[in-house]
Amino acid sequence: MFASLKKKETYTKYFASLKYALYCITHPLDGFWDLTHEKRGSIAAANTILFITVAVKLCKLYFTGFMINQVYWPEINIFMHIAAIVFPLALFCVGNWGLTTLFDGKGKLSQIYMATCYAFTPYPLLQIPLIFMSNVVTAEEAQLYYTLNTVSLVWAALLIVAAMIQVHEYSVSKTVLFLIASLFAMLVIVFVLLLFFSMITQGLSYFVSMYREMSFRL
Amino acid sequence: MRKVMKRVGALMASVVIALSSSIVAAAEEGYTYNYDYWGDVQYGPDAYAVSGVYTSVELGLDKKLTLAESLYVHENMLYICDTGNNRIIEMERTEHDKFEVKRYIESFKGNEEVNTLSGPTDISISEDGHMFICDKGNERVIKLDMDLNFVTKFTKPDDPTFDQSLSFQPHRLITDKAGRVYCIATNVNKGLIKFEPDGEFSGFIGATPVSYSVVDYLKKKFATAAQRAKMEAFVPTEYSNLYVDDSGFIYTTAFNIAAEDIRTGKINPVRRLNLLGNDILIRNGENRIIGDLYFDKGGGFDGPSRFTDITTFDNDVYTCVDKTRGRLFTYNDQGRLLWAFGGGGGNAEGYFKLPVSVEHMGYDLIVLDQQDASITVFTPTEFGAMVFAAMDQFTAGEYEKSAESWQKVIDINGNYDLAYIGIGRTLLRQEKYKEALEYFELKYDRSNYSRAFKEYRQEWIEDNIVLIIVVVLLVLCVPLAIGRIKKIKWQIDTADIFRV
Repeated sequence: MFASLKKKETYTKYFASLKYALYCITHPLDGFWDLTHEKRGSIAAANTILFITVAVKLCKLYFTGFMINQVYWPEINIFMHIAAIVFPLALFCVGNWGLTTLFDGKGKLSQIYMATCYAFTPYPLLQIPLIFMSNVVTAEEAQLYYTLNTVSLVWAALLIVAAMIQVHEYSVSKTVLFLIASLFAMLVIVFVLLLFFSMITQGLSYFVSMYREMSFRL
Repeated sequence: MRKVMKRVGALMASVVIALSSSIVAAAEEGYTYNYDYWGDVQYGPDAYAVSGVYTSVELGLDKKLTLAESLYVHENMLYICDTGNNRIIEMERTEHDKFEVKRYIESFKGNEEVNTLSGPTDISISEDGHMFICDKGNERVIKLDMDLNFVTKFTKPDDPTFDQSLSFQPHRLITDKAGRVYCIATNVNKGLIKFEPDGEFSGFIGATPVSYSVVDYLKKKFATAAQRAKMEAFVPTEYSNLYVDDSGFIYTTAFNIAAEDIRTGKINPVRRLNLLGNDILIRNGENRIIGDLYFDKGGGFDGPSRFTDITTFDNDVYTCVDKTRGRLFTYNDQGRLLWAFGGGGGNAEGYFKLPVSVEHMGYDLIVLDQQDASITVFTPTEFGAMVFAAMDQFTAGEYEKSAESWQKVIDINGNYDLAYIGIGRTLLRQEKYKEALEYFELKYDRSNYSRAFKEYRQEWIEDNIVLIIVVVLLVLCVPLAIGRIKKIKWQIDTADIFRV
């Protein structure tokens, strides 16, 4: 596995696939088709984009000017901020994959993950300059910041739709339908997880209390 | 051995210090507080201290105060409406903590049918020296001169806008500089009743907006007549009290507001009305002007702050008194809380059972407790006086002095947000933008930060204009130059004459 890390072509391929994200966000339909079908993308690049996205979200918390963002530090939990991206992403990939495999979706789990991560690209791309900008705006100019902030999110959302169209080879309406269905699937997964954890807690506490009881009596 | 003794002594001393400091900290908590940017409670040193509690004995009255409704201050005269005893007590504040009874106003001279007072609820004195008294029991407002000669009276408005089936029960009143009378009457919710100087009714002003939700509206649409009668009517809230400030604007309070409307901010309990009756109170603070921000059940008290009275100092700082928890809330002209203090249910000094009225003499506050039949006089402490001094110096344009005073305030209470903002504002006026930015950022004052930043950015650009132009030119020219050089190189490389 590590042998490939020593080869130069591994890196050229990695950087080429990472650079390909820039093509994807400007030519979504064409880009996402080639991403999976022509193998222009890579999981490594997807992981990198995800990592940068999370890092930018955390940087945003700390470096955004106080005109825009006031942070109540005593209540900040950095893991919650990381989970706010990673956890829904994981749920979405699993939920979407689970549904689409039943309905002629062509995408594999890894492809769904890769395409979704590539769709995140506009977020760090716009947010990094926005962090700088937030430090030099006055209250009146803040509106521009908020607009660009929204643009980065809407752009990413549209890219996710485009990605799903190409990965699953669906029509637009079917994709939108299955994206909404995926949201419900995510809810179901959350419900099952909650159920699972509370059952485990109950089960464990049964044995713990039984052990205690016995240790008192014996 | 000596060394050991020394160590034990040092240890004991440190324990004593630790204990005593914790006791001091515990004692500090509780009486005076403020809300910071996040809405967290920050206890601070007292801004006001009780300088005296006066019951009928201390005031030298012949009878105990009975259901006293209202206080009024005119220069150094204090008027107490002793409603239950059908009289108004006129007192003079001869010394800082001494009140002397001048006279009891129970009746007046003039050929009126009834020339005694019946349950007077409020009094106001105009600039030209006339008394206006809410003679609630006799359903009239009477105008007297200072020797108690009858001048005129204001009775139930003979006007279709006034519901003629209601009796006219004037409850609170004020007079403005032009001699107009604004009156709050019980059961009238159309706003303040306005009388012209000659006694003529000239309409209502400043009714509070009506609040209802879509659900309520639909319910009402489909309810039967009997059900509808049982439902709460969508009517404006009655005012509880009013005060006219130096510039002729009327501060009003209302307490009959649903807790939900206060929580959501649909209805403002404190308003400042202009002559047209529009609310022009400035609300620039982070927290809304509703008294206590958190009003869940606890400690025997329940519900939001209910303001029974309001009074305004000359510098547009106003104080409201809350009957729910017996607290006083002081706000500045920007709508930021200066401090809240007081407490309910107690017999101790500075705690109230049912505060109904607040007035001021200079910066002293006088509070009337109806149930306790007493008045309490508060005087600013060193801390409170310093805050007022800093604000007044700022208004007077003495920015350096103001900054010094604010610095002293910070030395007493490092948690006092307004002091930092105050220093920032003086720096802003002195055009020290960079320093001002630090102070505003520290206490999250965005509007002032924005103002300072605009100037700072302007200054920075003016100072560095050469640098900016150089950078811009470089950014534009370098790629151009590189492109040109590449082109020339390509031309040379491919030129025919160099071909071998």
